[in-house]
Amino acid sequence: MTPTGRLAFAVAALMCSVAAAQAQEDDVVKIGVLTDMSSLYSDIGGPGSVAAAKLAVEDFNPAAHGMKVEVISGDHQNKPDIGANLARQWYDVDHVDVIVDVPTSSVALAISEITREKNKVFLGSGPASSDLTGPKCSPNTIQWTYDTWMLANGTGKAVVKTGGDTWFFLTADYAFGQALERDTTKVVLANGGKVLGSVRHPLQTSDFSSFLLQAQASKAKIIGLANAGGDTVNAIKQGAEFGVTSGGQHFAGLLVFINDIEALSLKTAQGLVLTETWYWDMTDANRAFTKRWQASRPGKFPSMVPAGVYSSVIHYLKAVAALKSDTDGRAVVAKMKEMPTDDALFGKGSIRADGRKLHDAYLFEVKAPEESKYPGDDYKLRATIPAAEAFRPLKDGGCPLIGG
Amino acid sequence: MFEVFGIPSQALFGQLLLGLINGSFYALLSLGLAVIFGMLDIINFTHGAQYMMGAFAAYLLLHHIGIGYWQALVIAPILIGLTGVLIERLFLKHLRNLDPLYGLLLTFGLGLVIEGLFRNYYGSSGLPYQVPEALQGGRNLGFMFLPNYRAWVIVLSLAVCFATWFAIERTRLGSYLRAATENPVLVRAFGINVPRMVTLTYGFGVGLAALAGVMAAPIYNVSPQMGSDLIIVVFAVVVIGGMGSIMGAILTGFALGIIEGLTKVFYPEASNTVIFVIMAIVLLIRPSGLFGRSA
Amino acid sequence: MERVIEPPVLARQRETSWSLTAAFVVMVAIFAIGPFVVYPVFLMKALCFALFACAFNLLIGYVGLISFGHAMFFGWASYVTAYAAKSWGWPPELAIIVGTAAAAVLGVVAGSLAIRRQGIYFAMITLALAQMLYFFALQAKFTGGEDGIQGVPRGHLFGVFDLSNEMTMYFFILVVFLAGFLLIYRIINSPFGEVLKAIRENEQRAISLGYKTERYKLVAFVLSATLAGLAGSLNSLVFQLASLTDVHWSMSGDVVLMTLLGGLGTVFGPVVGAFLVIAMENYLAPFGQWVLVIQGAIFVVCVLLFRRGIVGELAQVLRVQL
Repeated sequence: MTPTGRLAFAVAALMCSVAAAQAQEDDVVKIGVLTDMSSLYSDIGGPGSVAAAKLAVEDFNPAAHGMKVEVISGDHQNKPDIGANLARQWYDVDHVDVIVDVPTSSVALAISEITREKNKVFLGSGPASSDLTGPKCSPNTIQWTYDTWMLANGTGKAVVKTGGDTWFFLTADYAFGQALERDTTKVVLANGGKVLGSVRHPLQTSDFSSFLLQAQASKAKIIGLANAGGDTVNAIKQGAEFGVTSGGQHFAGLLVFINDIEALSLKTAQGLVLTETWYWDMTDANRAFTKRWQASRPGKFPSMVPAGVYSSVIHYLKAVAALKSDTDGRAVVAKMKEMPTDDALFGKGSIRADGRKLHDAYLFEVKAPEESKYPGDDYKLRATIPAAEAFRPLKDGGCPLIGG
Repeated sequence: MFEVFGIPSQALFGQLLLGLINGSFYALLSLGLAVIFGMLDIINFTHGAQYMMGAFAAYLLLHHIGIGYWQALVIAPILIGLTGVLIERLFLKHLRNLDPLYGLLLTFGLGLVIEGLFRNYYGSSGLPYQVPEALQGGRNLGFMFLPNYRAWVIVLSLAVCFATWFAIERTRLGSYLRAATENPVLVRAFGINVPRMVTLTYGFGVGLAALAGVMAAPIYNVSPQMGSDLIIVVFAVVVIGGMGSIMGAILTGFALGIIEGLTKVFYPEASNTVIFVIMAIVLLIRPSGLFGRSA
Repeated sequence: MERVIEPPVLARQRETSWSLTAAFVVMVAIFAIGPFVVYPVFLMKALCFALFACAFNLLIGYVGLISFGHAMFFGWASYVTAYAAKSWGWPPELAIIVGTAAAAVLGVVAGSLAIRRQGIYFAMITLALAQMLYFFALQAKFTGGEDGIQGVPRGHLFGVFDLSNEMTMYFFILVVFLAGFLLIYRIINSPFGEVLKAIRENEQRAISLGYKTERYKLVAFVLSATLAGLAGSLNSLVFQLASLTDVHWSMSGDVVLMTLLGGLGTVFGPVVGAFLVIAMENYLAPFGQWVLVIQGAIFVVCVLLFRRGIVGELAQVLRVQL
């Protein structure tokens, strides 16, 4: 054979083998935990979410259903392009069927688009922006744990009702922060309050001094922190340094997790009012889960995000088992919406047509150091907001999937 | 309360003071860079990483050995300065006769290596470092509440800057250094160990960066990327001040900190870019910088 | 004092040598077969960056100017193309043209400011300008700030070719890359290119011979910026996303790394360098920050030991032109 002939033969053989490989049906359900492993939100999601996903798979017991399930993880570093690249590669090359977690709304929005394009499933336990079930809703996406509307209505309303009627916002300048500021502003105004001003800061800011100065100058009673993770912690710490609270103003942490409270210490954080949809110390089932979870995360406590990962993965696997297939993302999501949810952590609940998972929300107040009896005993329950009221009404979302 | 161009004076003075505090860091860091460039013709892109290492040294000294802030102020710069000496001996020495852009590329690469190693080990969220007891709290100045620690930053950096300037411009050692830059061969002929002076000078510049890092630790989170974004601004400061001029670097550092603070009051959207705009303008009108020797 | 760029052996020959043709054929063959063997999206990314690096190399390899701000051209073209394709609904060919044109305009503005200075000052001005544009991108409404412009449609090329098919998109990118590559080659080996090389060798003498060197340098700068912009435009369509990463200074550092590693001033160096760096970033992504460490180490090693870069060393050893 001539050299050219040999080359042509080799190429043809290669092409055949590649084509053959793709024709195979893949019988493994692959779950990709895409999260922030090393920066701003790594304590809230990160390795903790991976641990939760693995616990969920364990509890589901794939062998009993005749299924094989694999969990992989990746770090999106809070950057939409890195997250999008990884998701694309996972879907195209690594045969991942579902992506879960994704704290950071800007990345989540990108993942939602790609998931729709590739007809896979996205279960966002981490992202906050209510746009994911609003104008950007998708038949392949379910927003699981919380969203900015719920936070605004939980924390925002409670604070305004107790006298915090003038606000100044410190907002993280991206999808999530802007959504949170927007949703909270609506609530404040609807309840007779006033917004005196706002300032946008870049994501992952280490020095809040000039922003805090502006907040102090506004003389607003409440400084609303429309940010999360490390940014919230820094703002509160530096606020103490600059005498914000001794000057009579209060911080309202619009999205605060138990990990932030642990980072701040009860001494600094006491009295802070916040809304979460899950707390490790509320039921025996929660405590049992936390104990198992802590095997891989000693000394830390799970926030509602890993709990949401656990819950979403279990429900997904149940839907796949019922359908006996994982290839059609839309079909799986439709099944998940059809089946009522029931798991050890969130109890009974349901998923709405716009992709919104519904469950109760809780208004917590951070305990004072004297009130805390053991590590992690950080919250006392102030109020329970039933699922029907906690989330934005279906008709108000502007989701194209719903008639209006 | 009076108003200046519609901005209440309270906000103005507050941001000016914050600008002065930021300026202190700019001044300290650009001083180190100016010393290194002025004396050695090396553009030290590793400066940001060395600043970061100073902050980490303070953190590690506290958490692993129990050595507090005040001792760290002295120990960390010496430690990191020694790493600087190592860098000079191992790498920079070989580039003495090449185009300075090679030095830039090498120090840039070293900076990436250092930042990458720290990021690998510590992740990129910040590590906490407490303000030392003696400097906690603050005083209400009427127009703003000034934390004591931030006031200390201004005082210390002014002192260090002045001391360095004095040492280089007014002492005999300083004059040896300056002579060695002009004409190393001749100075060597006088029996002065020029290579050793070069190495120690680099180490000193690096030590200055590390000192700034220790000072920054309680205010900014100690994180692996704390240096990389700051360093570009500092380069702009050095270029504006004049690449070889010590006094130029110091004055420009403080001045630009204040200008940045003013911009935050009047036109906050431009506050990130104002220093670069000034740099571009200065380079076009006076290429050697405001105080520099001729290009 | 050693110049930043050492022209590879025999670089002064004007005629196309056999080694260049051979290398070109090999390159085309590899790229033609590539997408059937390797993940096409990875290759598309490598091609975009190879074009970016070639454009950068035009400036440093043949004019002797090191720009630390090339991300501004790559990134802003990327934003403009993404915006045109998404918000104005323009077809891909028009979106790419307007993105590239934006980079060209930016190149004229930045170039006329930066060209007046040399060496380190030139590098600092380009860095400063790029930082200004980064912060502008951070705050401008249309760029989407931290979120970037997402969900950019690839559209139908000339109304006929459906670019959402990965293979179709790949071959389109390949064609554009080869066109850009050949264009750069043509520029280098033309009377214009000869003047550029003369300016790099000894600007004073070129001036004394009557050449308006400033003008030549500016044209080269704008050409480099435009082609870098073309690379950025293509990139935003491949990933259907334009984000802050594209205008960040680390992107400028990346392209310097690719060109240095591949070989400054060689024809194929930037291509090889781009592929190696992208491959490394891809395979090391699960290992988080080792990418940074290795990139830095490559810089150090190259500057100390391999100043000619991989292709440059190869050319030296084989005594051919590459």
